[in-house]
Amino acid sequence: MTTLLWGVLPYVTLAVLVAGLVWRHRYDRFGWTTRSSRVYESRLLNIASPAFHYGILFVLVGHIVGLFIPESWTDAGGVSEHAYHLCSLYGGTAAGIVTVGGIALLVYRRRTRAPVFRATTVNDKMMYVVLVAAIVLGMVAKLSHTSGDGYDYRQSIAPWARSLFTLSPDTDLMGGVPVLYQIHVVFGMALIALVPYTRLVHMFSAPVQYLFRPYVVYRSRDPEQLGPRPERRGWERAGS
Amino acid sequence: MRPMAQIAMVMNLDKCIGCHTCSVTCKQAWTNRQGMEHVWFNNVETRPGQGYPRRYEDQERWRGGWELNRRGALKLKAGGRLRKLAGIFSNPELPEIKDYYEPWTYDYKNLTDAPLGDDFPVAQPISQLDSKPMKIEWSANWDDNLAGAPAHGDLDPMVERARRQASDKVRFEFEQTFMFYLPRICEHCLNPSCVASCPSGAMYKRAEDGIVLVDQDRCRGWRMCVTGCPYKKVYFNHRTGKAEKCTLCYPRVEVGLPTVCSETCVGRLRYLGVILYDADKVTAAASMRSERDLYEAQLGVFLDPEDTGVRRACEEAGIPYDWLEAARRSPVHALISKYRVALPLHPEYRTMPMVWYIPPLSPVVDALTESGHDGEDARNLFGAIDSLRIPLEYLAELFTAGDVGPVRSSLERLAAMRSHMRAINLGEEPDPSVPGAVGMGTYEIESMYRLLAIAKYEDRYVIPTAAVGDARRLEESALPQGCSLDYDGGPGMGGDGPFGRDSGRKLLPLVPVENFHLLRGRQTADDTADTTSITPTTDAEEA
Repeated sequence: MTTLLWGVLPYVTLAVLVAGLVWRHRYDRFGWTTRSSRVYESRLLNIASPAFHYGILFVLVGHIVGLFIPESWTDAGGVSEHAYHLCSLYGGTAAGIVTVGGIALLVYRRRTRAPVFRATTVNDKMMYVVLVAAIVLGMVAKLSHTSGDGYDYRQSIAPWARSLFTLSPDTDLMGGVPVLYQIHVVFGMALIALVPYTRLVHMFSAPVQYLFRPYVVYRSRDPEQLGPRPERRGWERAGS
Repeated sequence: MRPMAQIAMVMNLDKCIGCHTCSVTCKQAWTNRQGMEHVWFNNVETRPGQGYPRRYEDQERWRGGWELNRRGALKLKAGGRLRKLAGIFSNPELPEIKDYYEPWTYDYKNLTDAPLGDDFPVAQPISQLDSKPMKIEWSANWDDNLAGAPAHGDLDPMVERARRQASDKVRFEFEQTFMFYLPRICEHCLNPSCVASCPSGAMYKRAEDGIVLVDQDRCRGWRMCVTGCPYKKVYFNHRTGKAEKCTLCYPRVEVGLPTVCSETCVGRLRYLGVILYDADKVTAAASMRSERDLYEAQLGVFLDPEDTGVRRACEEAGIPYDWLEAARRSPVHALISKYRVALPLHPEYRTMPMVWYIPPLSPVVDALTESGHDGEDARNLFGAIDSLRIPLEYLAELFTAGDVGPVRSSLERLAAMRSHMRAINLGEEPDPSVPGAVGMGTYEIESMYRLLAIAKYEDRYVIPTAAVGDARRLEESALPQGCSLDYDGGPGMGGDGPFGRDSGRKLLPLVPVENFHLLRGRQTADDTADTTSITPTTDAEEA
């Protein structure tokens, strides 16, 4: 079980993520969008959406720092374990509260504003469940281990996460981790695996290139696309 | 010099009767789909009026287009790149659907399914956003023909600005009011702020013909283009989550046909043609310090297709010969640069729009005739322009950033043309001082008359086909790879093998020998074409 959860599942997640992104990019570029509902309702969205998105970006940065910056580095930088814990507790909790508040408002808006609700698919609803679960479970795990310097995940979860990338997963490290953290990690992996198949995929089109391109884009007609598109293998024209 | 070609449009507002045929045919062709219920790539507004979407011209609210920063350089009015990315999670300058109007249908089923009762059943309006009964409060042309003008008329942002200049000139009392129609499509600007606003780089201006398009596969639905466009002619499809806009009917234009709105225009008021311009001059022209210099600056960007130096530069830049010829015959170039009667819509947005308008003169003539004067007499007409029912100030707010000079000169040329042609029609000796007064010659004013009044189809639409330049490539891409006769049993038969043409197990005859299978195939096939090929599998399909 330990091997399955902490040795196999992470790689399955990664494979599903990468395969999903490639599949989506090849076959569903048209569906790759934020699917914004801003035009239906804007008053709540103007508060909730930035709160959620900035909150979750901060949470993401926190996770990257926590998992991929080894304790020895922060020690060398003169940051004591206690100071780190306080930072992570208060910073993380603040970002978490903003995020949860944002998504709570977003879900409320989605449920109560009829046009927005009508534009919600089953896919969206499932995604919301996993997303909210992952966020809330993370908050619960953190806040239920606050005594002293809290639970030091940098001795267990972080080395495990790093060991995944060296292709030698140290599954034993995860054995002693509190159950709440374990559940959070599993939901986190589920969320990552879901990204390419839901509207969350828009996170991979963050338009950073906008900062560097010229304002006005010129394009020539693509000679490849002047005639009918060549038929793709496996896609037969209906009715022929 | 970096010459480029652009398909541009001019609309003669004198002829617009506000029948909305262009809007309806455009809707049928392009936006008759779910998610686009509220979208009209082409719409006709009654001016004065709020327009569509409501008060779109109020750029202090919607922040469309460009402005100059403190150093005098162009910047997007809604904020630069960093500001755009920082605000990507919510953009307060984006109109909601209700700023256009809430799309609806009617509960027609109730007309037949309602239980028997004392009252006639009615078809209630149903919102297409949430499927609930709704009260219809606005639509794309709610204030058509000044409907509700005493209540809404003052909400026109251009009325507000014109009043600042001439407080008593715009009136909504029935006896003193005025109106005209303004059909609008995407301006296909030379300096498009929607393209500049797109974070994904999905919007682009086509290098060959200047048409501004959205790449549906690259659009990620950030919606900055909707804010960026000051004319609000980029729309958000709320079902697909992608931006869509007027395409200038590029599939038609590419084969030399006019756009659907032009083709179906009842008043025949639209002109399509090629304009050559110098892409290197666009930024400088759009950055003129004074908004009132922008019209002249844009004229300065256009190139004269008769100039041999320009023609040589165009050839070097790869503009096909038939495009150069089309530019010489272009009605749009004539109306904009030669006769100078067409004016850009809102040059102050600094986007260098490419759909221009000939301001309306007719109400002047009508007003003069009503007051007992000869409406087409040159002396009366020139004098009346300044006391126009449609105040010059209002037209100037639309077309020249408030500068009445170019509007007056355009209307005077139209007035001179009427007066001159009237003399000819009445068999009088035309007074050469009339065209002279507006700086035109007799021949010039008569050719302008032919273009504006006779307006033959082939004079209104001079559209070079994209296909001529691309004919070979087009042909090759439309055909399967390799020779089309090169199939098993076909005349090409895969070319010569190493042992000569007739060797190997191939079906030889060029004309298939009649045999049992061929005969049966021909007699039982649904499609006559099927019978000619014995084996339908071709090399191209296998490849």
